Amino acid sequence: MKAFLSGDEAVARGAYEAGINVASAYPGTPSTEILEAIAKYPEIYSTWSPNEKTAFDFCSGASFGGARVLVAMKHVGLNVCADSFFSMSYIGATGGFVVVSCDDPEMHSSQNEQDNRHYARAAKVPLLEPSSSQEAKDFVKIAVEISEKFDTPVLLRLTTRISHSKGIVELGDRNEHTPKGYVKDFKKRVILPANARVRHRVVENRLKELKDFSENFEFNKIEDIDTSVGVITSGVSYNYTKEVFPTASILKLAMSYPFPSELCRRFAKRCKKVYVIEENDPFIEENLKIEGIKCTGKEKIPLVGELNPTKVAVSFGLQKAKKKTTFKIPPRPPVLCPGCPHTGVFYTINKLKLVATGDIGCYTLGGLPPLNAMDSCVCMGASIGNAFGLEKALGSEIKDRLVAVIGDSTFFHTGIPPLIDVVYNKGKTTVLILDNRTTAMTGHQEHPGTGKTLMGEKTVALDLVDVCKGIGVKHTYTIDPYDLAETKRVISREVKRNAPSVIISKRECILLSKKKRKPLKVDEETCTGCKLCLRLGCPAISLQEEKAIVDETLCTGCTLCAQVCPKDAIG
Amino acid sequence: MTKSILICGVGGQGILLSSDILAEVCMNSGYDMKKSEVHGMAQRGGSVISHVRYGEKVHSPLIGEGGADIILSYEKLEALRNLSYIEKNGTVIVNDMAILPIPVASGEVEYPQDVIDKIKKHASNLVVIDGLGIAKSTGNIRTLNVVLLGVLARHIELAYENWLAVIEERVPKKTIEVNKLAFESGYRSK
Ligand SMILES: Cc1ncc(C[n+]2csc(CCOP(=O)(O)OP(=O)(O)O)c2C)c(N)n1
Repeated sequence: MKAFLSGDEAVARGAYEAGINVASAYPGTPSTEILEAIAKYPEIYSTWSPNEKTAFDFCSGASFGGARVLVAMKHVGLNVCADSFFSMSYIGATGGFVVVSCDDPEMHSSQNEQDNRHYARAAKVPLLEPSSSQEAKDFVKIAVEISEKFDTPVLLRLTTRISHSKGIVELGDRNEHTPKGYVKDFKKRVILPANARVRHRVVENRLKELKDFSENFEFNKIEDIDTSVGVITSGVSYNYTKEVFPTASILKLAMSYPFPSELCRRFAKRCKKVYVIEENDPFIEENLKIEGIKCTGKEKIPLVGELNPTKVAVSFGLQKAKKKTTFKIPPRPPVLCPGCPHTGVFYTINKLKLVATGDIGCYTLGGLPPLNAMDSCVCMGASIGNAFGLEKALGSEIKDRLVAVIGDSTFFHTGIPPLIDVVYNKGKTTVLILDNRTTAMTGHQEHPGTGKTLMGEKTVALDLVDVCKGIGVKHTYTIDPYDLAETKRVISREVKRNAPSVIISKRECILLSKKKRKPLKVDEETCTGCKLCLRLGCPAISLQEEKAIVDETLCTGCTLCAQVCPKDAIG
Repeated sequence: MTKSILICGVGGQGILLSSDILAEVCMNSGYDMKKSEVHGMAQRGGSVISHVRYGEKVHSPLIGEGGADIILSYEKLEALRNLSYIEKNGTVIVNDMAILPIPVASGEVEYPQDVIDKIKKHASNLVVIDGLGIAKSTGNIRTLNVVLLGVLARHIELAYENWLAVIEERVPKKTIEVNKLAFESGYRSK
């Protein structure tokens, strides 16, 4: 049977067919759909975990019991669980262990363009790179086999254009796997230095065996056609190579670590010249050069951004670069939705001229004009520590106009330890938790505060006030961000407080809200065209002939513009 | 021969649903096909692009600059923004509609004048469609999506019945008739 699947959906199908028993993730574009699709298979126990490290450790435990496991994340998620990942390389896999990393060349929805192939080398685990949906599915099964055969986690690396491209996939049946059950193995699983020293030798031996495997791996495939040009490539770049060099000989590396250097050498010998076509870092190229194999790669192909057939053709002089059109085209940045509960908070931060250390989520858009209300955004969970550090470094100079802003899902992800730090180290930091009752940015996933699991079961909804009080924050206040006066009053009071405080701005994401409110109208007579309402950055409001106008098909009736209007012209 | 179609517009306009329908029609017509788009950030009212490619054997999921046989744009400015994708002899189909980006709505920048004329300068074949007008004439403006697919269908060689079959399957039951009408109106528009 055939199906039309994205790379992410294909990974999920692969998990099903490979007999995966347990799967977990924290959402993150472009990896989110993997667990969403896995949740549709009742044969696999699947969870949204608070963060990538909890997801990873949960899967390690299941693997201890002999279960086959899969943990998925976006590229930066691997940073969060790197500690566990490196240790599990030494400990190995009792039940097959697949770690899926979805990298994001071009940074379509990420803060960096890190190339996670380096992680395979650093942690000494094998790396598979599918080049299509079909391979994304098939490689999960191969990863499980390799994992169990060589006693190692396997890194499966997708990129945005594999994760989010759809193609036709041949489906197979599930190969059911029953976990063997728990067997104690002190020397392997307790990596005390004495044990770890032994394990490190095991890992180095394993790498040698894996290299032999990689040299003969059937998916490290040579397509021999015309040997005047030979191209070594992997992942999505293989597809661009086929378009641009239809007659060249190609060596496609499905397993690029451990690096099959002898295979590459044999291939290179046959070809007059060798090109390396890969996105982002020169991973294959450097491995070739270490082996003394001459090749041309990043001196021609861009290192920054994603590739496409035209970019590859232009890089090798096969096509002229298209001249950019000279028209001035206004940008169309993503925006906070009409009625977004984050808007009122950022409007207030802007009004109060606060310094706001920020975090990652839809609310990062509050940093864009016209709200301009975020001063930093480093990575998930950084906001609270950043504010605390600024406060300690500059003291009273900044203390009373500083706030950390963090989303509810992000707070559960990595916001709790830094809040403990504030309390423990006698901080006075003010933290604003934007509780929109969901993980909105990545498409509305459940989290520990929503009362529902990935598999759709009801569960406890962690209460943010209880959590903060439990940590030792004495001052916690809940506000409604649709009430601008209250929002302003509480925030301006709390930033001045000489103790840690948490303000929870609580309002459901407008895209999930079932409550329908009447769209507002601007009274043309009364409107003076003062443009104050435009400072909300609401997509439903625009200026036409020097008067504000509300698009009633977009307006959700949140009333913020009415509250901002000095003439009472909106209602 | 591989055919490359770029569908673009503004987040919320239903671009991804349209490209899903197109992809399914390609597949049901016996072609190999790939489609690619970006989720996440782009959906919050930003620019959206979907790449669809079909043929005997499709390798790249992405269309490169200068590689699109057809650009179907749901909004004028987005057609202008993505013009570098069009192939020399390609066809640009534009829905004659303006959605103001926030920097325009808030009065910081202006929506460019004469967008259609500017597109004309770079596209050897240009089709301008009053999609909303046609959708209104069917009695349901929510059929805009399907109207534009009807226009697209006239420019590619996929069987009319295959389109209808997928549309029937994809739209809510109660709206099958009006969507069929919308598709036909788009297909027959000048
Ligand atoms: C380590 C890491 N994991 C995942 C992501 C992807 N990601 C970015 S923001 C976000 C969720 C934000 O949810 P929340 O904090 O509730 O804010 P909202 O989008 O709902 O406003 C996720 C999952 C990331 N950027 N980094």
